Amino acid sequence: MTDPQQQVDLRHDEVQAGTTTVLGEPSVDVTDARQNSLWSDAWAQLRRSVIFWTGAVLCVLFLAMALFPSLFARGVDPRDCDLTNSKGTPSSAHWLGFDQQGCDYLANVVYGARNSLLIGVLGVLGVLILGVVVGAIAGFYGRAIDSILSRVTDIFYALPLTLGAIVLLRVGPSTDIPVINTRGPGAVAIALALFGWMTAMRLVRSQVIAVKSSDYVAAARAMGASDYRILVRHILPNAVAPVLVYATITIGVLIAAEATLTFLGVGLQPPAISWGLQIANGQSLLRTAPHLVLFPSIILTFTVMAFILMGDALRDALDPRQRS
Amino acid sequence: MSEPLDDVAAVEAVNVLPTVAVGEPLLEIRDLKKHFPLTQGIVFKKTVGHVRAVDGVNLRLARGETLGLVGESGCGKSTVSKLLVALEKPTDGSIIYKGKDVATMGGRALKQYRREVQIIFQDPYASLNPRMTAGDIVAEGWSVHQDIAPRKGRLKRTQELLDRVGLNPDFVNRYPHQFSGGQRQRIGIARALALQPEIIVCDEPVSALDVSVQAQVVNLLEDLQDDFGLSYLFIAHDLSVVRHISDRVAVMYLGSIVEEGTDLDVYGSPSHPYTQALLSSVPVHQPALRGLKERILLQGDVPSPANPPSGCRFRTRCWKAQEICAVEPPALIDRGQGHPSACHFAEARAVVPTDEV
Amino acid sequence: MSSIVPAPAADPRGGTGTAPLLEVDDLRVEFRTRAGVVNAVNGISYTLDPGETLAILGESGSGKSVSAQAIMGILDIPPAKITSGRILFEGRDLLTLDEEEQRRVRGPGISMIFQDALSALNPVYSVGFQIGEMFRAHRGMSKQDAKKRAVELMDRVRIPAAAQRVNDYPHQFSGGMRQRVMIAMAIALDPRILIADEPTTALDVTVQAQVMDLLKDLQRETGMGLVLITHDLGVVNEVADSVAVMYAGRIVERGSVDDVFQRPAMPYTEGLMSSVPQVEAKGGRLVPIKGQPPNLANIPSGCPFHPRCHRRRIGPEAAPGRDCAVDRPELRLVVPGREAACHYSEEVLGV
Repeated sequence: MTDPQQQVDLRHDEVQAGTTTVLGEPSVDVTDARQNSLWSDAWAQLRRSVIFWTGAVLCVLFLAMALFPSLFARGVDPRDCDLTNSKGTPSSAHWLGFDQQGCDYLANVVYGARNSLLIGVLGVLGVLILGVVVGAIAGFYGRAIDSILSRVTDIFYALPLTLGAIVLLRVGPSTDIPVINTRGPGAVAIALALFGWMTAMRLVRSQVIAVKSSDYVAAARAMGASDYRILVRHILPNAVAPVLVYATITIGVLIAAEATLTFLGVGLQPPAISWGLQIANGQSLLRTAPHLVLFPSIILTFTVMAFILMGDALRDALDPRQRS
Repeated sequence: MSEPLDDVAAVEAVNVLPTVAVGEPLLEIRDLKKHFPLTQGIVFKKTVGHVRAVDGVNLRLARGETLGLVGESGCGKSTVSKLLVALEKPTDGSIIYKGKDVATMGGRALKQYRREVQIIFQDPYASLNPRMTAGDIVAEGWSVHQDIAPRKGRLKRTQELLDRVGLNPDFVNRYPHQFSGGQRQRIGIARALALQPEIIVCDEPVSALDVSVQAQVVNLLEDLQDDFGLSYLFIAHDLSVVRHISDRVAVMYLGSIVEEGTDLDVYGSPSHPYTQALLSSVPVHQPALRGLKERILLQGDVPSPANPPSGCRFRTRCWKAQEICAVEPPALIDRGQGHPSACHFAEARAVVPTDEV
Repeated sequence: MSSIVPAPAADPRGGTGTAPLLEVDDLRVEFRTRAGVVNAVNGISYTLDPGETLAILGESGSGKSVSAQAIMGILDIPPAKITSGRILFEGRDLLTLDEEEQRRVRGPGISMIFQDALSALNPVYSVGFQIGEMFRAHRGMSKQDAKKRAVELMDRVRIPAAAQRVNDYPHQFSGGMRQRVMIAMAIALDPRILIADEPTTALDVTVQAQVMDLLKDLQRETGMGLVLITHDLGVVNEVADSVAVMYAGRIVERGSVDDVFQRPAMPYTEGLMSSVPQVEAKGGRLVPIKGQPPNLANIPSGCPFHPRCHRRRIGPEAAPGRDCAVDRPELRLVVPGREAACHYSEEVLGV
C-alpha cells in the first residue's frame, strides 16, 4: 500500500499548510475504512468463494455444452436412431445408452442443454427488461404512477407462473402473434418472462425508492440534470445489485420451469430436444429403463444448481452488511 | 494562484441574466415560505395541517460575500438551502436572483440559474455517487450544461479542478470509497466549481469531518472565494466556524430569521434573546475565559413547526415575553442597536467573553 | 497540579492518598480483519480518581472509543483481541476475571453512555421499562418498585413530567431527552465510574450545554469518576479537570486542561488548538494540520504523527536516538504535571 506512486500522490495532497515538505517513510494511507460495495470489492470476495467457483465452473461447462454440443456428444448425431438399439443400457461405447427410439442418449442429453439454456437466458432477459423498466418508473415517479403500476404488478402476482404459462402456450398457436404462435423456445421464454417479472419489479422499485433520496441524486437534480439522466446514470447503477442476484438465480428456476412445462406437454414439442421431453417420455419406462429418466434429471439438477450457487455467492459478495 | 479556466470561448455560457458587480446584491430572498402538508389516510389523502418549515425568511447576499446562517435542528435552514437550489418549490415569497424572480424565469434563464447557484452537502459519504469515478462526478455538470466546456478539453479541465481543490489530478479514475472524508468533500467542491458558479450554498460542509481536516476545507473555501469572487451561503450549527468564515450572520429560529448582522454585531452584542441564549451555551476553548460567561437557560422545548406559537415564535421560551409578544409578530428591523432584530424588547448584551487586552 | 510522589510512572495529578477508581495499565487492543491487523489501541495507561473528570480527546482513528469499549467489556472479541494490559477497577484486574464475574463487578460499578441515544435504546419497550430493567436485573426488584425508581431517576435527570412520560417510547422523546434517558439508565445503580462516549456530538448546542451541566451536577452529588470521550475542545475546556490526548491508539499528551490547552507540549495538540475556530473572535486564518488521521492498519513508523508534523526532525537534523521517523517517543514527564510523547516537547513548550 505504500508504493512510491502513492507517496507522490500524497505529496500532492497537502494543500493548506502552504509548505510542501517531503513526506517521511512510510506514508499515511488515504483509504477510508467505510467502503461502498463496488464491483471490484465484490469480485475480490467472489474470487475467494468456493461456492462461486463451483457454480461458475458448472455454468461454463453447460454453456460450452450448449454452444459446442458435438464435442460433448463425441460427434454422434442425436437423431441418428436405430430402433434395434431401443432402450439400450449404458456401455463403454455409448455412455448413456439409448432411448426408446434407439437414439444415442448422450447426444440427446447434451443437445438438450442448448434449448434449456437458451430459454433460461432469454426468459431472464425478458424478466429483467420488464422488471427494471416498470420498477424504475414506478419507484422514480411515485404517487399515481406508482400506485397504478404496483396494482398491475399485484394482478400479475395473482396469476401462478406455471398456470399462466400453460394458458398462454395453449392459446398461443391459435393466434396470429408472431413467436407466440409457435411452440418454440421463444414462445416458452416469453411465457415464462411474462408471468415471472413481478419480483424483479418489486426489487428494483424498492431500491430505486431508497436511492432516490440520496444526496448525490439531489446534487444531480440541483444541477439541472434531466430525469432520464438521473435514472440511468445515478439511480439504476446503484439499484440493480439485488435484482442481478435474483436474475442469476432465476436462470436456474426458469430452466426448471421449462422442463416442467415441456413435461406437461405444453412447452417444447418433438422433434425439439429438451430434458423435459426426455423425462416425460422416459417416465413410463421407469422400471425397465431407469436411465432414461435418471440422466436428464441429473443434468437438469446440476444446471439449475450451478446458477443458484452463483447467485448465492453474488448476493453474499454484494451484501454491504457482510463487510466489517 | 492563476485561474485555470481561461478558455474564453468556452466560458461564455448562456448569459441571459445581467452581470452584477462586486458588493452589489446578487441574491435576495423576500418573505420566503415553505409549508409541507401533513396528510392523513392512505388511498385518499386529506391535508390536516402544515409543517411550516420556512415561514417568512428575508435575506440578502451580495457578490463576494459570505452569509452565515445558524440555527438549531428543526429551524428550517436545510429547507432554505433546498429552496435556493430549486430542489423544492416555495409555497410563498420570492427568490430574486440578479434582479429576476426565479419563479418567473423561463427555460434558459432557469438553466443559467441552476448553473450559477451550486450546493455542497454535509455528508461526504452520501453526496457522491459510489459508482462514478471522481472525474465523472466533477465533469457531469458539463454534460448537463453543454456550453461550458468543449468535449475535447474536459479531462484536462477536470484534472485542473482536482488540483485546485487540493487533490492529486491523477486520482480522476478513483472511486469515492477510495478517498477519505475530507477528500470526498473536496470532490464535492470541485463538482460545484466546475460549473463556474456565482453562489455556492454550503449546507453544513464541515460538520461531518474530523477537527484537523475541517480547517483545511474551511481554508480551501476561503481561498476559492478570493480567487473566483464567489458568494457563499454558509449554513451550519457550529457557531465558531460560522463566525470565522462569515461576513454577515443570520440567526434562524423555527422558520424565520430572528437576528442579522456582521459577526461583531451578532456575536459581540446580540440583541435577540434567542441569540443571547444560543451564544451563552457555546463552550469556550480558552481556559482563561472559562466561567466568565453567564449561562442563559431556556425553558421548555422547541415548539412543533406544525403548530408554532402566535405572534413571536420564541415567546414560549423567552424570559422577556409580554402580552404584545403573543399578539404581534415582531418584524426584523433595526431597533436601535445598528442591526436588525425581531424582538419587541431587543437589547444588546455581551454574552460571549472576549479576551480583550 | 504538581506531582508529589516522584515515582517512575509519576501520576501528574498527584496522589491525595485515596486510591484511584480506575487504573488502566498498558492496554493494547488489536482487530484481526481480512485486510490485516488493525492496531486500535497501542499501550495506553491512565488513572481516574473519585470525583475527577478525565477527558479523552481524539479524532477518528485515535482509538478512544475502542479503549472505552474494552474497559466496558463490550468489544466483539473476535475480531477484537485485548493483547495485553490490565484494567484495575477498585484494585481488581477485570481482565483476569471470568465473564460472569466481570459482569457482576462491572455491572453496577461502571456505566457507559453513547453518542446516539436512539440506537442505544430499544424502540419496542417504554423508557420506564428499560430504566426499570436495571433494577430488576441487578437488584431483583419487583416491577412496580422498579417503575417507581425509574420515575425518580427520570426526575433526577430533569425530564419534565416524568410520571406521565414513564410509559412513553424512545421515539416520542427529543434527542436531548433521549440522552437524559440514557443517562438515567447509566446512573441507576449508582456507578462509581461513568464513561461518556461522545455524549453530545449529535445534539444542538443549547441541549449540549444542559446535558453537560447535568453530568457535572450528578458527578458532584455522587462523587463518581467521569471519563468523557470527545473531539470537542470547548466541551473539554468547560467540563474536564484533566485531559489525555490520543493519537493513533496512544496517549500523546496528558495533564490538566488548563496547562495542556494554554501551553501544549506536543505538536499534535498544538495543531489542534490553532486549527479550531473560536466563538470568541473571528480570528485570523486557521492553521490546519496537513494530511489526514492515520489508518490504524498502517501506523507510520517512529512517531505516528511525524508525517503531519511541522516540527519533525528526520535524518541528519535529528538528535541521536530521537529521529521522528524512526524512534517512537514514549510518554514521558516533561515538566511537573505534564506528560507528552514527543522527542522535542521542551521546544514546543518553550522551556
